Amino acid sequence: MIRVVLPGHLRTLAHVSSEVQLEIVGPVTQRSVLDALEAQYPMLKGTIRDHVTQERRPFLRFFACEEDYSLEPPDTPLPDAVASGKEPLLIIGAIAGG
Amino acid sequence: MSRVRVLVGTRKGAFILTSDGKRQKWDISGPHFAGWEMYHLKGSAIDPNRIFASQCSGWFGQIIQRSDDGGKTWIQPGTPPGEEKGPGGMPKGESNKFVYDVSADSGKPLTTHMWYDGTQHPWEFKRVWHLEPSPTDAETVYAGVEDAGLFRSTDGGQNWQELSGLRGHESGAGWQPGAGGMCLHTVILDPGDPLRIYIAISAAGAFRTDDGGKTWRPINKGLYSQYIPNPTAEVGHCVHHVAMNPSRPGVLFMQKHWDVMRSDNSGDSWTEVSGNLPTDFGFVIDVHAHEPETIYVVPIKSDGEHFPLDGKLRVYRSKTGGNEWEELAKGLPERDCYVNVLRDAMSVDSLDKCGVYFGTTGGQLYASADAGDNWAPIAKHLPAVLSVEVQTLV
Repeated sequence: MIRVVLPGHLRTLAHVSSEVQLEIVGPVTQRSVLDALEAQYPMLKGTIRDHVTQERRPFLRFFACEEDYSLEPPDTPLPDAVASGKEPLLIIGAIAGG
Repeated sequence: MSRVRVLVGTRKGAFILTSDGKRQKWDISGPHFAGWEMYHLKGSAIDPNRIFASQCSGWFGQIIQRSDDGGKTWIQPGTPPGEEKGPGGMPKGESNKFVYDVSADSGKPLTTHMWYDGTQHPWEFKRVWHLEPSPTDAETVYAGVEDAGLFRSTDGGQNWQELSGLRGHESGAGWQPGAGGMCLHTVILDPGDPLRIYIAISAAGAFRTDDGGKTWRPINKGLYSQYIPNPTAEVGHCVHHVAMNPSRPGVLFMQKHWDVMRSDNSGDSWTEVSGNLPTDFGFVIDVHAHEPETIYVVPIKSDGEHFPLDGKLRVYRSKTGGNEWEELAKGLPERDCYVNVLRDAMSVDSLDKCGVYFGTTGGQLYASADAGDNWAPIAKHLPAVLSVEVQTLV
């Protein structure tokens, strides 16, 4: 079971109140997590990565185990702690407003 | 008895104000979609309880919302009612998919336009500025977007297809963004001719199609813009807004970057009608619901100072279709007012007397129930207002 923590506005959009849990078969990567997230919550399509290019939206970042994975290739495996469900993948909006 | 519903898009959510025909007491609901930029909301003329809304964010992109009960509840089109609370429901999640048509079948696969520095820049979808529901079909709605393009949905906002003939116009590669981005902000559907559509783009200018969107032509003859290399160019003018009274679809009024203009021949040519305005810079323009020669603007000091002259917020009204303008000040701030009124932030109702409404970047929403003679704030402390649309409900 993979755990994902969404920014507040996306939790509202997806009608969830806390972290979401996803079942993933195969390697646990940014791409496979986002594929599973969008399959379970299709209203999030286009809000985290572009519909067409599938690139991460520029003001969003991906963190796990206190490390920044935003610039890693999308098929790079995420840490074992994320794959095992011990730690969540954090999707974080860039801080605005100081 | 008639009622009025005012749809207000702001930087931090949408608000809906309702009143009876007297327009003296107002109820406010909202914020809807709190924290999101609500660029525009507009109701269907043939199904007034159907409202489309553009919800967007610099972080999360574009969302389209639709209400079928007058703004009480909302769905992302394609989400069956009651199934929006995933994971049990499986909405299609496609209603925010605005993909430019670059297929060979659609003509020219235009992929770049001119950037501020004169170089070519990729066409990138950013947001929906304006939603224009069809006057004849509740399932059909048009979306004017940034970077400039026109999309249409024929299934209630679920799926969107670009009318790519516009972007494919031979001038497209030369279109350049204005300071607010390269936005297609005005969409006017001719009520007498379903094949005729007017649009306007900052800073390309106005265009018209007479064949339902397959082909387009610039309609900027008569515009003079001294801030561009060729002041009388066919395209490149920073048109801020265009308005039309549905009873006279051939007559158009335009607030350009500078200059207020009118056309009596469906945009084939324009003449300046700024007349005695204290400044002819501004963003909004609108037409009285029953008097097609009565028009309204809010003069703004200049392109560098986006606030009213001398700190006095004023609407100007012309009852002669331009040139002769009168100042409307009763109930509006007399001093220390330095707000702006953005291009889609004025609207009129169709009651008798005609109501006029506008919102400011300071979060005030002003209304006049007597065609502009007297004004009063009907909301004072909203987030910055991006758009105002009014529905007259019978």
